[in-house]
Amino acid sequence: MTTLATVGYYEEWWIQILKALIIFAVALGILPMIIIYERKLLGRFQSRYGPNRVGPFGLLQPLAEVIKFATKEPFRPSTSVGALFRLAPVISMLTAVAAFALIPFGDVQNIFGTPVGLYGIDVSIGPLYLFAFGAIAFYGIMLGGWSSGSKYSFLGAMRGAAQLISYEVSQGLALVGVIMTAQTLSLTGIVGAQKGMWYIVPQFFGFLIFLTAGFAETNRTPFDLTEADAELVGGYFTEYGGMGWISFMFAEYLNMMVVAGIVTTVFLGGWLMPFGIHPPGWVDPFVVLAKMFLLITFFIWIRATLPRLRYDQLMSFGWKVLLPLATLNALVTAVLVVVTH
Amino acid sequence: MWNPGDDIVEVQRTPAPGAARSTWRTFRETVRGLKTTFGRLVEGPVTVQYPEEKTPVYPRFRGRHKLHRFEDSDPTHPGLEKCVGCSLCAAACPADCIRVVAAENTPEHRVSAGERYAAVYEINLSRCIFCGYCEVACPFDAITMGHDYELSDYDRTDLIFTKEMLLAEPLERTPLRNEGE
Repeated sequence: MTTLATVGYYEEWWIQILKALIIFAVALGILPMIIIYERKLLGRFQSRYGPNRVGPFGLLQPLAEVIKFATKEPFRPSTSVGALFRLAPVISMLTAVAAFALIPFGDVQNIFGTPVGLYGIDVSIGPLYLFAFGAIAFYGIMLGGWSSGSKYSFLGAMRGAAQLISYEVSQGLALVGVIMTAQTLSLTGIVGAQKGMWYIVPQFFGFLIFLTAGFAETNRTPFDLTEADAELVGGYFTEYGGMGWISFMFAEYLNMMVVAGIVTTVFLGGWLMPFGIHPPGWVDPFVVLAKMFLLITFFIWIRATLPRLRYDQLMSFGWKVLLPLATLNALVTAVLVVVTH
Repeated sequence: MWNPGDDIVEVQRTPAPGAARSTWRTFRETVRGLKTTFGRLVEGPVTVQYPEEKTPVYPRFRGRHKLHRFEDSDPTHPGLEKCVGCSLCAAACPADCIRVVAAENTPEHRVSAGERYAAVYEINLSRCIFCGYCEVACPFDAITMGHDYELSDYDRTDLIFTKEMLLAEPLERTPLRNEGE
């Protein structure tokens, strides 16, 4: 039996900085693609085209929007708390990127004679790191909503706080089953433990619970009560415009990618291919990206389908359904692990 | 006290929170919803890309008016105008947007087939409600409703269409719906 705290491979400091830059660039490069993909696909789900005016097939729409937002006047309400109002989007963005560093895009590869792990960091406490940053991300929402000095923002932030706390528990418990089966907390270790069978098969309920809680964590429909455009104008970022708003938006989409990446890593075998195919190491990131892409498509599909839940429904679903199921899942897994070992 | 009578409609309630059965029902309905949206994805968009594509209009569509001439064999010499300046269209117009000033035809200067002709014939299209009463009122079928509906302009005065504009062959910008379409 391996110890729980297996420390992964660490590179030289300059490789780590390089990796950080690459992860940041890749994340921010994929985001506009996801945004245009979501809008196009959402359109198709609703029998319309989606944006198709800017550039070929409307593909330059996110670029046009970024230019528009970047050139907007930074405005804040007179009732807002200045420093915190500016800090909140930064926190959201920072935690999203930090969580993104955790996703392993491949094992340690030999690049020009230097062994480099195709991940930001392989911490020995992977899921804990993830939930730690998830908890800090909640400060972005909370501070953003509170410092706006607007009742709608504040309501959205309060809802966000309650929602995040409720669903983080179930999300964590859904991961406990996987961690017990894999006997490691390192995400690369969890991928390695899936060589025989992806965890979506033995941990299917864990997968469903994690995915559902993931929707709530990323504030996507049907759990987008923090935003709830119809009742709360825009939720916690009602008062934001320009770059502040776009930071929140990017953080949200980045969180969606993080959830997709974690689900890929933990349940869908990360960079492993099915049917025992072993491609060369450079294919690994593309395998992970393809799996993430499929999950994001599913996220968009759900968004096109389900209406927003009522607040009491959200809470009772989180505490009365999801949490008992997640607990049961962890319990049954624990018993099975003890019996089989 | 008010008696609702037979008007009570039974509504299926949303799943009561907390029960495992309602969770299953929600899950089943979610899958059904996913199937529905996926069907729309397969069907493809129904959007008409308006400025590039246009929905064809029906033959009896009431668009911008046209004034007519008698058809003539000589192409260099256009036929006489059908309008005799009787102002019945102006009288019938509920929006009061037609202005007709009649003048006498003379043997040297014959414009219309009747005794008189419309020296001024203006339709203020910013007022017109496209009811088609002018067309009905006209005893000579001199004015009819065309198919053109793209009438926006930058200046209100440009929307006052003169006789020459109404007589001119309009740009056919609107596709006509074929029979059975």
